Formats: sequence, C-alpha cells, structure tokens
Amino acid sequence: MTEKNLYHRHLVSMEDLSPDDVLQILQTAEVMKGVSEREVKKTPTLRGRTIINFFAEPSTRTRTSFEIAGKRLSADVINISASGSSLSKGESLKDMSHNFNAMNPDLLVVRHSKAGAPAQIAKWTGRLVVNAGDGRHEHPTQSLLDLMTIRDKKGSLDGLKVSIIGDIANSRVARSNLISMRKMGMSVTACGPATMLPVQIGRMADHVTTSLEEAVEGADIIMMLRIQTERLERTVFPNVREYARLFGLNSERMKKAKKNVLVLHPGPINQGIEISPDVVAGPWSVILDQVTNGVAVRMAVLYLLLGGGLNQS
Amino acid sequence: MSAILIKNGRVIDPANGIDKIGDLLLDKGKIDKIAKNINAPAKKVIDAKGKWVTPGLVDIHTHLREPGFEYKETIESGAKAAAAGGFTSIACMANTDPVNDCASVTRHILDKAKSAPVNVYPVGAVTEGLKGKALANIGELAEAGVVALSDDGKCVTDGEIMRNAMDYASMFSLTILEHAEDTRLACGGSMNEGIVSNEMGIPGQPVAAEDVIIARDISLSEYLDVPVHFCHVSSASSVELIRSAKARGVKVTAEAAPHHFTLTDEACRGYDTNAKMAPPLRAEKDRLAIRRGLKDGTIDCIATDHAPHSEIEKELEFECAAFGIVGLETAVALSLALVHDGVLGPSGLIDSMTRKPAQIIGLDRGTLGTGKPADVTIIDPDMEWRVEPDRFISKSRNTPFAGWNVRGRAVTTITNGKVVYAWENKTIT
Repeated sequence: MTEKNLYHRHLVSMEDLSPDDVLQILQTAEVMKGVSEREVKKTPTLRGRTIINFFAEPSTRTRTSFEIAGKRLSADVINISASGSSLSKGESLKDMSHNFNAMNPDLLVVRHSKAGAPAQIAKWTGRLVVNAGDGRHEHPTQSLLDLMTIRDKKGSLDGLKVSIIGDIANSRVARSNLISMRKMGMSVTACGPATMLPVQIGRMADHVTTSLEEAVEGADIIMMLRIQTERLERTVFPNVREYARLFGLNSERMKKAKKNVLVLHPGPINQGIEISPDVVAGPWSVILDQVTNGVAVRMAVLYLLLGGGLNQS
Repeated sequence: MSAILIKNGRVIDPANGIDKIGDLLLDKGKIDKIAKNINAPAKKVIDAKGKWVTPGLVDIHTHLREPGFEYKETIESGAKAAAAGGFTSIACMANTDPVNDCASVTRHILDKAKSAPVNVYPVGAVTEGLKGKALANIGELAEAGVVALSDDGKCVTDGEIMRNAMDYASMFSLTILEHAEDTRLACGGSMNEGIVSNEMGIPGQPVAAEDVIIARDISLSEYLDVPVHFCHVSSASSVELIRSAKARGVKVTAEAAPHHFTLTDEACRGYDTNAKMAPPLRAEKDRLAIRRGLKDGTIDCIATDHAPHSEIEKELEFECAAFGIVGLETAVALSLALVHDGVLGPSGLIDSMTRKPAQIIGLDRGTLGTGKPADVTIIDPDMEWRVEPDRFISKSRNTPFAGWNVRGRAVTTITNGKVVYAWENKTIT
C-alpha cells in the first residue's frame, strides 16, 4: 500500500477522490478498525501533529468521531465550536481562518452550516482541510463510512443497487453519496417527495422516483435520510403524519425488499417519521456499524492525508 | 471651451445613421460637425485612425454608493471609473443610505455630481426607504431632477403598489426601472437554481422568480398603457416574454448586463463570490438568449449594474456574500465581444450603449447630432489588454473577470467638450 497518493491532499468533496483513492481509504480503514478493537486503542503515527476540529455548526457524532480518530492516532486534537469561538463575536470566517493558520495546525477539520466554507478555508489558509459537512453541499467522510459499511457486508461495491430516500435537495450525505457511489460502479436511485428532489436530479442520479415502493423493491441498499421536520413541515410537505405515511420506511414496506437488503441512516434518526423503530432494530439495519466505521474511516483519512506512514516504514 | 478636432476615425452615430471614416469637430461644449475632412483651427487635435468615434456611452444602471457607503464607491470615484470605461453619462440607483426617496438626497447627489468628470443622473426610489410599502415622494423627486424611478436591489413585489407607482410616475414622465425578482419565489437563493447550484449545495433561485414579475409588469404596462423598463434581464424565458410583449406593442424596454451575456453559473464554482450577483448568472441557454435578444432588439440596451462592494461584504461564505460586481471599466471590452462574435454590428452595439439607453431615461444625449452636448468616446476595438482589478479606478475590486485577456477599450472619453479620460495618459504604477 502506498500512502503517497493521498498525502497532502484536501478532502472537500467526493469529487476529489478517484475510485482507487476510495479503495485505499477503505483498506486503510480496515486496519484502523483493528486498532479500535485493541485494549490499548492508540498508535503513535500522528504524534506531534496538530489537528484543529473546527465545528461551526452543532454536531455530536461527527465531532466525537473525528476527535477519537485523531486521538487514537496520537495527534494533538483541539476542538473549537462556533459558540465558543470568535465567530460568535462577529469575526469573519476569513479572519478566523487566518488566526488558525497562524498557530500552524497540520490539518483543519471543518464543519460549517454554509456550503463551500471548507473549500474557502482551504483557499484562504493553504492548510490541509477535511470537510466534516458543509451546509447542504457534501459530507465526504460520511460517504466513506457508508461505503465501508456496505463493502464490509456485501464484499464489494460494484454493481450494487442503492436507493437514497428522503430530502435529497437538502442533504449533504445524499450529495456525497450520489457522487461516490456512482463512481464506485453502484446504481443510485433518488427517491423522495417532488419538493425534496432538486431540479435536474436526473443528471445526478441513475433513477429518480417519488414512489417509496419502487425505491425499496429490488434495492441492495436502502439509505434513509433525516427529515428536518422543524424547517420543512407545512411548506415542503404538509405534516409529519403524511410524510411517515408516504415516505416512512416500516416493516410492512420491508416485506417488498430483497432478503439480504441493508438499511443505512446517517443519523440522527427521527424514529417513527422517516423510519420506524422496528426497521432501525431489524436484521437489515447496519446503522450502528456505520458509527463504528466512522471512526475507522476518519482515522484512515487523517493518516493518509498527513502521511502518517511516510516516516514510519 | 476650446475646440477639439478628432481626425480620421470611424465615426459611428446610429441616431443619425452615420458610420463612415471622417473627422469630428467639437466646439464650445457642443458637437459642431462631422465631415470627410475638416481643417479648422483647434486647441487639440486627436488622431483617431483605426479607432471608433462614437457618442459618449450611456449607462443607465450604476450604484455609486454615496451617500452612505463611501468606502465602496463615491460619486467622484464612480464617475472617474465611468470615464475610464468610456461612459459620459451614468444614472445612479437609489439604494444609498439614506435612500434617494426625497428631494434632499437627490439634491445632495446632484451637488456632488457637479464636479464629477461625467454626467451623473440620479434615479429616485419607487417606494419609501425601498421598503415596498408606501410610494416615495415621487413628485418632489421629479422636481429635484431624478431621471427615472427604481427600487433596484429590491423588486417592487406588491402588485398594487407597482400599479399605482406606474400610474403616478407617468404624470411626471418618469419610467420605472424594475428589478424583477419575486423574493418569495427566489427564497433566499444565492445563485441560479440548476445543476451547478445542486452540485455546489448552494440554495438557488429559479428563473421563474424573475419571469413572474416580468410577466406581471408587462400585464400592468399593457393594461395601464404606461411604460416600464426591465433591468438586467437574465433568463431566456424573460427575453421571450418581452419579445412577445413588444410584438403586441406594449411599451416595455429592457437592458442586459455584460456579465449575463458573457458568463454562466459555471463561474460560481469554487465558491467565487465575485460571480454572485442579482439576478444570478444563469445557464448557457439563457446566456445565448440574451445575445439573441440584443441582436433582434428585444433587449434595447446594455447597462453595467456596476455594484461596488468591499472585501468585507465579499470575502465571506458564498451564501453570506453581497450580490453584485463592478462593471464600468470592463463593459466596453465585454460588449465588444458581441461584435467580435458577430452578434451585433458596430453600429448596433453603439446604438445599444448610446441612443437607446439615453432614450429610455429621456436624456437628450447619446448622439453626435450637430448642437448636441459634446459627449464623445473614442474606442480602440482591437486593443488587447488584461483586466487587473488593482488598476481599477473604482474603489472596489469585485469582478469575476480578473486576469482575463480582453479585446477593445475606450481610449479617450470626452464629456461636454472636455477630455476626462485618455488611455495614453493613464498612470501605470
């Protein structure tokens, strides 16, 4: 395995990665998963490296996952959230980035509510940047952990049929997966109410449907998306009850699915809205595997981008 | 004012059907005559061989930011930038602070404009404070000297207010310049809604947000028999609406901005906030439709929508950055591309930058007719140069054209018989 391929590259979009890059990350992540299963969950590979986790938008899973990933690789990890930062005092993102830069971090992990912020920070600072979710743009490490989870269970990715169901228009998870899954030879169906399918979605997905039944039937993978009920109810869909009735995944609907189908959800879950509790707990559910793999994938990304293997031999 | 003799240029004066090699004499601040060969005593003789000699260019859509935002632009710096871009007359929009919705603000602008190198014409607000709720002091603005009315930057979204404003303004022969954007439908979008906005994850605004207002205002214009002008038309569907309205004889006019017939939303990629403006850059079919609209006269004129902003408003997250780009100093080169690309002939292009815009806001300029004010622009249609924002005379640098190699520019600008800009003399530091 050569680590040089990804050394010192940004990870802002899944467009940044070739299929070979993706496979390299997934293979490295399998090794990293082993580290997390040991009693002493630490390797010295990134000792002396500084990683700033800049989370300008609330996050539990992703922030914790990146923090654990960095620490298991022995990097110095600093967490900064928007409310605890000078952004809340009116400092611009650009000024704040310059200040981070002045402290010589090796890598910035950026979560931001506005699309493009990680790319802009990369441009402004010249530092390595990993996008941890930017607005409704992308969430590349989520896509990588999804791919890892699927590959673990299915053995390979090529030729699998995936249905992504829910608020495609507002989902960064959907965007990253639409790019990466098609890149890895999977066939992707985008499904949701018409108001949640962006214009020209046909150019981003292999199939588009507003029928949940159609999306469930024949799919190897069903990926449910979180619905932002607080923002969208009444204008984008009439109410939660109707959403659950038309687009909620329940065990009744799962009867139409393939026997060995996998169900994924990036979390946090609205139980009983987009997915019912029995589906979350069912045999097809790999939702918690996703979380476990999240740490491994992020370890792999940090390791490869920072060239953790280069000075080790 | 001493005489200026411009020799051997290609004199293009669409208003009088002139396009021929010859000389132009200016005297006492007026156009004296055009002839094959003039031998008159003159204080200054300009050799315009190989260049176009045209009426001074007219831009009916600029933002000069004074009063209120002098760190972005002032009437003086904006007027100087206009002169450097070949414009001799510019209209400035009302979205200043305070808003130009009453005579005292208009008078303030006109007072500052007295020492400006080009003619500056204030546009008054349609509604008080641009809030879209109550009519501005339109009669008072007319007396103070505004040349048109516009809430530009914002749309007059309330149909009843727009109807009344059109009717009321017609008493003073003031045309409303509409910024067509249904803000509810645009829904806070930062760029055109389409495949590029999808891929960038940026909320988009559909072309329908522009089209519905244009359709509404065409209906009002037709119903009331009162003219209306559409600013910066950007969508193919809007061009079509205007084309069919004109075919029915509705009194509508329209402008296009150079960026809309030059760029598409692809320019936003990489989150370049200098490609963020309102209306947004659209798709390729829209860009081509704007060109066709200019070719067949559906779109009457070119206007820059010069919108200076400082880094403070632009170097931000794409969704947070201000809308707008500077345009005065790049307009001629970008518009000349229409000639180089065979969309318009030289006379057609000059018409859309002189006589036609002047007519829309009722200026007795934009022609080289004898006795008219001596506003003249000399254009080198082939000069190759590079757009370097640091050399802009405007106070602001927000352009998506930085580093572009372009062809053609104004080399001499004469306002009221006085040379206000000459390329040769431009200090290069």
